[in-house]
Amino acid sequence: MSYEATFKVWRGNADGGAFQDYTVAVNEGEVVLDIIHRIQATQAGDLAVRWNCKAGKCGSCSAEVNGRPRLMCMTRMSTFTEQETVTVNPIRTFPIIKDLVTDVSYNYEKAAQIQAFTPPADVKPGEFRMQQVDVERSQEFRKCIECYLCQNVCHVIRDHEENKPKFAGPRFLMRIAELEMHPYDTADRRKLAQEDFGLGFCNITKCCTEVCPENIHITDNALIPMKERVVDTKYDPLGFLWRKFKSPDSKRSRG
Amino acid sequence: MSEIERHAYDVVVIGAGGSGLRAAIEAHEQGARTAIVCKSLLGKAHTVMAEGGIAAAMGNVWEQDNWQVHFRDTMRGGKMLNHWRMAQLHAQEAPDRVYELEAWGALFDRTKEGKISQRDFGGHRYARLAHVGDRTGLEMIRTLQQRAVSLGIDVFMECTVTQLLKDGDRIAGAFGYWRESGRFVCFEAPAVVLATGGIGKTFQITSNSWEYTGDGHALALRAGATLINMEFVQFHPTGMVWPPSVRGILITESVRGEGGVLRNSENKRFMFDYISEYFKQETADSEDEADRWYGDHVNNRRPPELLPRDEVARAINSEVKAGRSSPHGGVFLDVATRRSAEDIQRRLPSMYHQFKELADVDITKEPMEVAPTCHYVMGGVEVDPDTAQSIVPGLYAAGEVAGGMHGSNRLGGNSLSDLLVFGKRAGEYAAQYATGLDARPAIADADLDGAGRHALAPFESDSGENPYTVHQDLQKTMQSLCGIIRKEEELRQAIDVLQEYKQRVPHTSVEGNRQYNPGWHLALDLYNMLLVSECLARAALERTESRGGHTREDFPQADPVWGTKNIVCRAEGDGVAIAAQPLPEMPDELKKLFEEPAE
Amino acid sequence: MTSQSTTGREVRPRPRVQITQRTLRRDTWWVQPLVTFVVLLGFVVYSTWAAFVNKDYFYEPYLSPFYSPCLGSTCPESVRWAGVVLPAFITPAVVILIVPLGFRLTCYYYRKAYYRSFWQSPPGCAVTEPHTKYSGERRFPLILQNIHRYFFYLGLLLNIVLTYDAVIAFRDRHGNWGHVGLGTLVLLVNAALLWLYSVSCHACRHAVGGRLNHFSKHPVRYWFWTQVSKLNARHGQIAWFSLVWVALSDLFVRLTATGTIPYIQFF
Repeated sequence: MSYEATFKVWRGNADGGAFQDYTVAVNEGEVVLDIIHRIQATQAGDLAVRWNCKAGKCGSCSAEVNGRPRLMCMTRMSTFTEQETVTVNPIRTFPIIKDLVTDVSYNYEKAAQIQAFTPPADVKPGEFRMQQVDVERSQEFRKCIECYLCQNVCHVIRDHEENKPKFAGPRFLMRIAELEMHPYDTADRRKLAQEDFGLGFCNITKCCTEVCPENIHITDNALIPMKERVVDTKYDPLGFLWRKFKSPDSKRSRG
Repeated sequence: MSEIERHAYDVVVIGAGGSGLRAAIEAHEQGARTAIVCKSLLGKAHTVMAEGGIAAAMGNVWEQDNWQVHFRDTMRGGKMLNHWRMAQLHAQEAPDRVYELEAWGALFDRTKEGKISQRDFGGHRYARLAHVGDRTGLEMIRTLQQRAVSLGIDVFMECTVTQLLKDGDRIAGAFGYWRESGRFVCFEAPAVVLATGGIGKTFQITSNSWEYTGDGHALALRAGATLINMEFVQFHPTGMVWPPSVRGILITESVRGEGGVLRNSENKRFMFDYISEYFKQETADSEDEADRWYGDHVNNRRPPELLPRDEVARAINSEVKAGRSSPHGGVFLDVATRRSAEDIQRRLPSMYHQFKELADVDITKEPMEVAPTCHYVMGGVEVDPDTAQSIVPGLYAAGEVAGGMHGSNRLGGNSLSDLLVFGKRAGEYAAQYATGLDARPAIADADLDGAGRHALAPFESDSGENPYTVHQDLQKTMQSLCGIIRKEEELRQAIDVLQEYKQRVPHTSVEGNRQYNPGWHLALDLYNMLLVSECLARAALERTESRGGHTREDFPQADPVWGTKNIVCRAEGDGVAIAAQPLPEMPDELKKLFEEPAE
Repeated sequence: MTSQSTTGREVRPRPRVQITQRTLRRDTWWVQPLVTFVVLLGFVVYSTWAAFVNKDYFYEPYLSPFYSPCLGSTCPESVRWAGVVLPAFITPAVVILIVPLGFRLTCYYYRKAYYRSFWQSPPGCAVTEPHTKYSGERRFPLILQNIHRYFFYLGLLLNIVLTYDAVIAFRDRHGNWGHVGLGTLVLLVNAALLWLYSVSCHACRHAVGGRLNHFSKHPVRYWFWTQVSKLNARHGQIAWFSLVWVALSDLFVRLTATGTIPYIQFF
């Protein structure tokens, strides 16, 4: 059941680095992270890698396996042939720290800029009344484990470093959508989404959705609905007037 | 050491899981300058692994539920070894802590009336667990994380504390290193809250992540604090068994709460054979009654699959030993024949996902193979129930690292509520203590020098052992000699072997430099694992009875004398000294709760 | 706080990992954009030709969807919309195709398809795009993608006309009702696919209920939203089917009109 596999793992830091070859044992049922750990325990004690739960719940072990953004703990070795060389490199969109570990502080900075959930002042804890159908949309987005694979794969910043200050990435645009769809949220983040978080950069090419290990429909359920909500307020003069005329109070009137 | 990076705060919280974040939020709201220091990135703490829910007697599903019932369930689940006051505060305050989360943006599953839905779990009389599918821990940590970030609390991520610093008998701060650069950092703070979680990485088969190396337990011991109940380790009955690389990964108790049943190789629902006297009165004795219970809790008794975790884990262990195991040495957990595929996917989405991706098993069609896995340590820092302060002034502990709340066995769902209730209390009282001091304690340069030298030791020896090898050996020792079923000669053997590790651990050597070097980090964590292992082994040897998460083959019965005592551990020399200590006496009005029949 | 104390990292620009290859993917990621490119290009070439050729688009009782509603004086009398005068060099198709063209060009699904296949932005996931600058849909002309919903409304009107065309196809060559030919089925399927395409669109999903935050207060709109959401999940497939079918419908009428295939009437 066991065989020797060839791995190419990127080793290095901000000063440079290269792929290094390792020949390492693989057993039945193992995932890429198991193999990285075996390399670490037996051949390269200082091989840097982030991981926590090893069950696809914490989103720590993001990397690129054979060029595809993946969680290493959820990439089974059985998806490769025994002869295949497996290439593992750190995610390419964020600065390298060492080996497979990158500096993801971009994400923490963007997260801090989003206005938090803002319930009405007159609703006290324990008084919230929502039906399951009211929370389901946002619940889907709250499945996010913040692995940042969507941030990594998004070409807006992957291919254009200069866009980082103006674009928050799919994860945080989805966070805005989550808050906007919360039945009790009173803030309006639509203009911010477009102007400060760069929703207009998104050309809905869906790579974020493709790589999401939680299978969240980021594009169809968060980004496009958010774009439509921005259109409501910025690019649809007739609809805007019509809704103003029907119910003058803007955000709560969206029901 | 004079040029070391220094930060000054009122309260430093070590750990960014549920209790650490809740403590930091509270300390901040009390006006204390607060920082969180954590080993991983923010939002990755072990709390995300919690699946089932937060136990809180809100009475949304069963209005008969109240804090007294929750309190009684908790005490009975812990075999009455819990600190009664902690169990009381926990049961009383949990609902408010849950409501608070909702006001901060958490989106729990709902009842038809639009309230927070509650689900059944082992040992709880009523459906009591606020939940979000089977990813409640993620919801909780994300909510707290987002709250902490919006309050602007400073977070020091990927920063490991290796030593607490004192001024006389009081806490003065903490010393640690940045994982990224390996550079040292010193936090000057009169109050430190330990929220570091558990010790699971000392065992081979565990549901715990690399972070669970008993750091807080060891830091507290070395700072002069005491640990209690360290012999009680919870082996969760349902860990994954196959394939080997996922062995130990948790399968949530909600599978059973949602109707899943345990069967052996003879396709028998064997749990009916393992209903102890203690729970006979409240447990169904036929499959019919057990199945009716899901729809009607009042007129039927609970299925035995939902007995407390220690009972179920022992039962699975016995079935496997008796030769009635599944192909890979576990038993079958079957939900496929009990619920529709849509229900399973909706109620247990991450379990469905986990088995599909990791084991190639479709749980809507096939049963899962399960066996016990090390999950939680009931033991921890001995604290004052109301303030969460240890016997060291300025040192607080909350969550899994604190002891007493769960007695000898923790009920599922009581962990997340524990994090919230005592996290808040620890933050509140730490802030009060820190801001009420007349003079800030000072850190001695010599202490910093000593801490620095200790941390760099693994780079000094170049002929020593590989830390990964030492760790794997230690895990094997603990698994085989201090595991789910224990006996005197094995525990003695364990203590002897642990003495050998005291020679091996200081002689580990690491390759490479200080920049993000996991080998080095592990070499330092080994000291902590070794110390808590010794506590565990010595306390387990001392307690000559079986109770909750401590099962002695040579003393299979609970002993009423031991039922009135805690075992306390303190650091002594390079080892651990233990002593028995009487349990605090429960007031009469609470005792009355146990006189009425359980129904 | 500075980023130093919140993340513990020094504030200095740090390089990414230096890997020179455009992608390390080894699968055939380029197949899908290539197929998209070929099919879309094929459609564009065919429809341009068909729109300018200005003949063979009508064979009683079948009108090609490219030329419906038939505006302008060159239209055959039985399908001509009175009162509309077009300059001679503009064919009826050129005018009316603006609507479906605009609807599909601004459609969220097609945007993905042509950004990836034509503009290579990006050609595949984790494959570096060839452009040095990228500003997305924030500036003219791409900011016009935001008027998608107006094309959606116009598209609904067009769907009504094309449904009417399918209805009048239940006649024979002489205008007698109650007959069905091969062309009837072709136009019926065409109308159905176009309705499905419109109703499954993201703008529709937003309009019927996606805009709301408190679904339980609007049970009817929530019901519509769930139905549209189900179709929306297949929007991409419906987009392809309806695109190909509309071209085939035109081709069918054209081939019938030129006598290349016989007129087939079932009853």
